[in-house]
Amino acid sequence: MSESKKWKKINKSVKERPKVQEYKNWKELSPIPISLPIDGNIGTTGDWRTFRPIIKEGCNKCGICWMYCPEGVIKRKEDGTFEIDLRYCKGCGICAKECPTNNIEMVRESDIKDG
Amino acid sequence: MVEAQEDFVQKRETIIIKGNEAAAYAAKSARVQVISAYPITPQTTVVEKLSEFVDNGEMPGTQYIKVESEHSVFASVIGASKAGTRTFTATSGQGIFYAHEMIHWAAGARLPIVVAIASRGPAPPWNIWADFTDVLSQRDTGWMSAFCATHQEIYDEILMSYKVCEDHDILLPKFVAYGGFILSHTSKPVIIEDQDLVDSFLPSLPSEEGWPHIWMDPKRPMMFGNLIMPSSFYLEFRLKIQNAFIRVKEKIKKVTKEFEKIFGRNYGNGLVQEYKMNNVDVGVIIYGDLALQMEQAVDELRDQGYKVGMVKLRHFRPFPTEDIIEVAKKVKLLGVIDRATAFGSQTGGPVSCEVKTALHETQETAKVLPIINGLGGREVTLEQQKNQLKALIKFNETGEIPKDTIHGTLWDGLLEVE
Repeated sequence: MSESKKWKKINKSVKERPKVQEYKNWKELSPIPISLPIDGNIGTTGDWRTFRPIIKEGCNKCGICWMYCPEGVIKRKEDGTFEIDLRYCKGCGICAKECPTNNIEMVRESDIKDG
Repeated sequence: MVEAQEDFVQKRETIIIKGNEAAAYAAKSARVQVISAYPITPQTTVVEKLSEFVDNGEMPGTQYIKVESEHSVFASVIGASKAGTRTFTATSGQGIFYAHEMIHWAAGARLPIVVAIASRGPAPPWNIWADFTDVLSQRDTGWMSAFCATHQEIYDEILMSYKVCEDHDILLPKFVAYGGFILSHTSKPVIIEDQDLVDSFLPSLPSEEGWPHIWMDPKRPMMFGNLIMPSSFYLEFRLKIQNAFIRVKEKIKKVTKEFEKIFGRNYGNGLVQEYKMNNVDVGVIIYGDLALQMEQAVDELRDQGYKVGMVKLRHFRPFPTEDIIEVAKKVKLLGVIDRATAFGSQTGGPVSCEVKTALHETQETAKVLPIINGLGGREVTLEQQKNQLKALIKFNETGEIPKDTIHGTLWDGLLEVE
């Protein structure tokens, strides 16, 4: 009833653990199903977005959107203005709702002609 | 929070304590790190005693969590165990049923949690007295289950359980069950072992790395409790639990031997414990506290010249199939005595069903007579047990089916009101 001990390598630091978990059969499995997070493990979540937040002219750089963003995808640039990382923004709209000057607009993705 | 007394060290001593206190002392000796507590009769005094220990500073570093239900009791020990700690709790009857969902979660996550069960009859009719239906009804959850016959065995079995469960090739949770009130609330001398000796017997507490398969560490993030699609490895993870149960039989035998070597107390091969099973015609398989009294019944009948013997079943999960087959070869008739019910099954008794299943494909094996007695704490006297043995002997010799055998099972001790 010998089972592979391959899985025992998973309890390591992030650097040492295998980059991809590949199991060929049940003998190689760890005792329980787990996922080890890796950057972009499930793709860039920007694909999920239906509405895109667009910061309009007139932003007063208050930073409320940056604080409220649940995904941490709003970045403060050196000049104090904000930029949204559209690779990961899911389009939840919290930034637009919280913006005290109503300077963030949610625009349907299909209405945007991307360059 | 009370300041822990770092200098407190348990010395070997014999004290007169209740069965529940023996369970609490075992948890203390095992240096459990997290205890979750919710009261339920007849278990309550286990966690009460533990709260005393923690309050007195006798359990340095132990977290004692008071929660609002048995469901939360198991949820919190599961969380604590996932984080890589040795955990303990105790419950009974309805409490187990309420926690049933979490009981599956603990086994599916392969967490080595040990839980003391002061068994009681399920309601309705409302009942708080000895009956193993509560723990036996958790048969298919993936938890091991052991029965204790004496106060000392409660203490010893909990210690052995941690050693078995925490083995990295096993990683399974375990119930340690004993009859409510009969053991939980009666007092007997119990040897509490020297802390250093217990420390040398048990595996060291989990390191900061946690268990090898599950851990909580922001520096090594992992996700568990994932969804598995039908096309992925669900079937395979279930197979791995079953395989662990096959492996654990050897581990239990090894640990029981090691325990005997260090502490000097014998529990058979760990799975079963035979008593006077040489030169026998009729044997009984029995578990829990009634096994202790049955030894006396066997002694008395042996003195009268009857060839009887008994086997104490120590583990229900894993079920000792191989040992039962061997036992059945030694006798012509095997009585299997349940203090629990499995309604709608072949015999009505959970253990007698298992025994019949184990013997199913065995040639030249014993005939089995299922017996159910003592449900809901009904007293089973020494006289009654001697009569059970005599009825079995008579059945074996003359073929006379014992009175009160209903649909093939002897329901012993049915009331007759005049």
